[in-house]
Amino acid sequence: MITFDAVSKRFPDGTSAVSDLTLEVPGGEVVVLVGPSGSGKTTIMRMVNRMIPPTSGRVLIDGQDVANRDPAQLRRGIGYVIQQIGLFPHRTVADNIGTVARLEGWDRPRIAARVAQLMDVIGLPAPLADRYPHQLSGGQRQRVGVARALAVDPPIMLMDEPFGAVDPIVRTRLQDEFLRLQAEVRKTIVFVTHDIDEAIKMGDRIAILSNGGKVEQYAPPRELLSDPANDFVAEFLGEERGLKRLALIPVSEVAAEPGPVVRPDDHARRAEQVAGAHGTDWVVVVAGDGRLQGWVSLHELEPGQVVGDARVRPFALSVRASDSLRAALNAMVTSRTGVAVRVSGEDRYEGILTQEIVSKEIR
Amino acid sequence: MDFVQQVAAWFADPANWTGPSGALARIGEHLWYAFLAVLGSVAIALPLGLWVGHSGRGTAVAVNLANFGRAVPSIGILTIAFTALGFGFLPGWIALTALGLVPIVTNTIVGIQTVDRDVREAAEGIGLTGRQVLTEVEIPVALPLIMAGIRTSIVQIVSTVTLVAVVALGGLGRFLVDGLRTQQYPEVVAGALLVALLALLTETALGAVQRAATPRGLRRDRSAGVAPGPPAVTG
Repeated sequence: MITFDAVSKRFPDGTSAVSDLTLEVPGGEVVVLVGPSGSGKTTIMRMVNRMIPPTSGRVLIDGQDVANRDPAQLRRGIGYVIQQIGLFPHRTVADNIGTVARLEGWDRPRIAARVAQLMDVIGLPAPLADRYPHQLSGGQRQRVGVARALAVDPPIMLMDEPFGAVDPIVRTRLQDEFLRLQAEVRKTIVFVTHDIDEAIKMGDRIAILSNGGKVEQYAPPRELLSDPANDFVAEFLGEERGLKRLALIPVSEVAAEPGPVVRPDDHARRAEQVAGAHGTDWVVVVAGDGRLQGWVSLHELEPGQVVGDARVRPFALSVRASDSLRAALNAMVTSRTGVAVRVSGEDRYEGILTQEIVSKEIR
Repeated sequence: MDFVQQVAAWFADPANWTGPSGALARIGEHLWYAFLAVLGSVAIALPLGLWVGHSGRGTAVAVNLANFGRAVPSIGILTIAFTALGFGFLPGWIALTALGLVPIVTNTIVGIQTVDRDVREAAEGIGLTGRQVLTEVEIPVALPLIMAGIRTSIVQIVSTVTLVAVVALGGLGRFLVDGLRTQQYPEVVAGALLVALLALLTETALGAVQRAATPRGLRRDRSAGVAPGPPAVTG
């Protein structure tokens, strides 16, 4: 846990970067500091590893004031990743990654083993170990930067726009991989960005900062999106707040409706009754083993026909428990039925999601 | 016998090569003075340049002093040192050392200060101490420029050792000073040719050393092995 206790930072030129900041970063969580430039987010982050000393107040790690620690030693226990990465140009990838381990006095075989393991974890092909930074792509350099920060498995990571220097496609991939990794390693992470969408995606909690390091709101992303504390926060979150929030809510959190379900061997008459009871002009066709087959429009059903003999249209998109409500909404607007169908991993029908369910979550 | 033949004859005469005042002995003295002066220059300039470059303190002072040093001719320093100390090794050594300081100080400062800010910040951020930042990052990255400075310094010293003959020291300068006094012009030209040749050989040999000293990761687009830098400073 990292605690900012009434921390202020005034620079010699008189500008106040941070004033009276009190904030707690819970252990094992990703806390994103987000705000426009001049909001002191990087300054706040750099006070954790003493790259910038606070003018007043204290920064505590697990209750201990960092000001009492030797800076170099403190920093070796805190992973540090910056946007420009700052790889050592005269060192190979392996040597870059192994730097902190070497400073910590690890023996060579142990460093080599750790470097190989990290390169695997971070998605760097082993042959890159002997390359130099200028021989790598931007994305690869970012990975090396993250691997270097993880070298001695520090419990805390400071990341300043770590994925800012790569193109959007690579950035998305790095973000996804990082989240997957974080789910395993559960580091305490202070993550700085100016991109609110990245903040929403990466953060367990987000601190929205305004000029002079003032915390406008500190909350989990969903709470932020549903209850912005003030106009500044609302404006910073941007348009489509509802949609952004939907992207954070998993389908499993809302109750699916049973829906107008018939079996392939049911007759048209049965289908009409079921559809009528649900107020639809279509039915969902589910096989005896629970597998989803598709849907049939009542208009295409001949009287006396068995449903399975009619034209069963597949759902173009279906959602699973782990998908977001935003994906469900997308499925709804794409389908002529106007609903999203939820299935299990084995394609077994689990129910339908309607727009009423989704809009209840937005409101 | 025309003049060129006279010079050739000088080179062909074994008596001019051997003995305590022969060319071989003079080359030995010449290189020995040069070595001592380079030692002095490196011992003073390198720590100074590293400190200024790393701390960022006194950059303007150091660079201005170095430029001033470049503007003052070595013969001037030699004259002042000679006036103060009389004949002997010391004034010569002082003049040569002072000459050699300039390129090393300048190149070391420039080399260290061109290390990427981000690289330095990352180095500090992951837990290198100030000294480690210097030894693990700044010096290796700046090494090609530092070596270029030392190389320039050595070549300049090797050429300028010639001067110390006027304060009664040995070296190839003796041929010039003595030859002029006794009007033995073929000897003067032979001495001058030997100095030029020695300087050229030194320059070439040091080029190879400098290439070898450039870390592999830094060798891209520097195929000549000479780091980019102020043109007045690189060899």
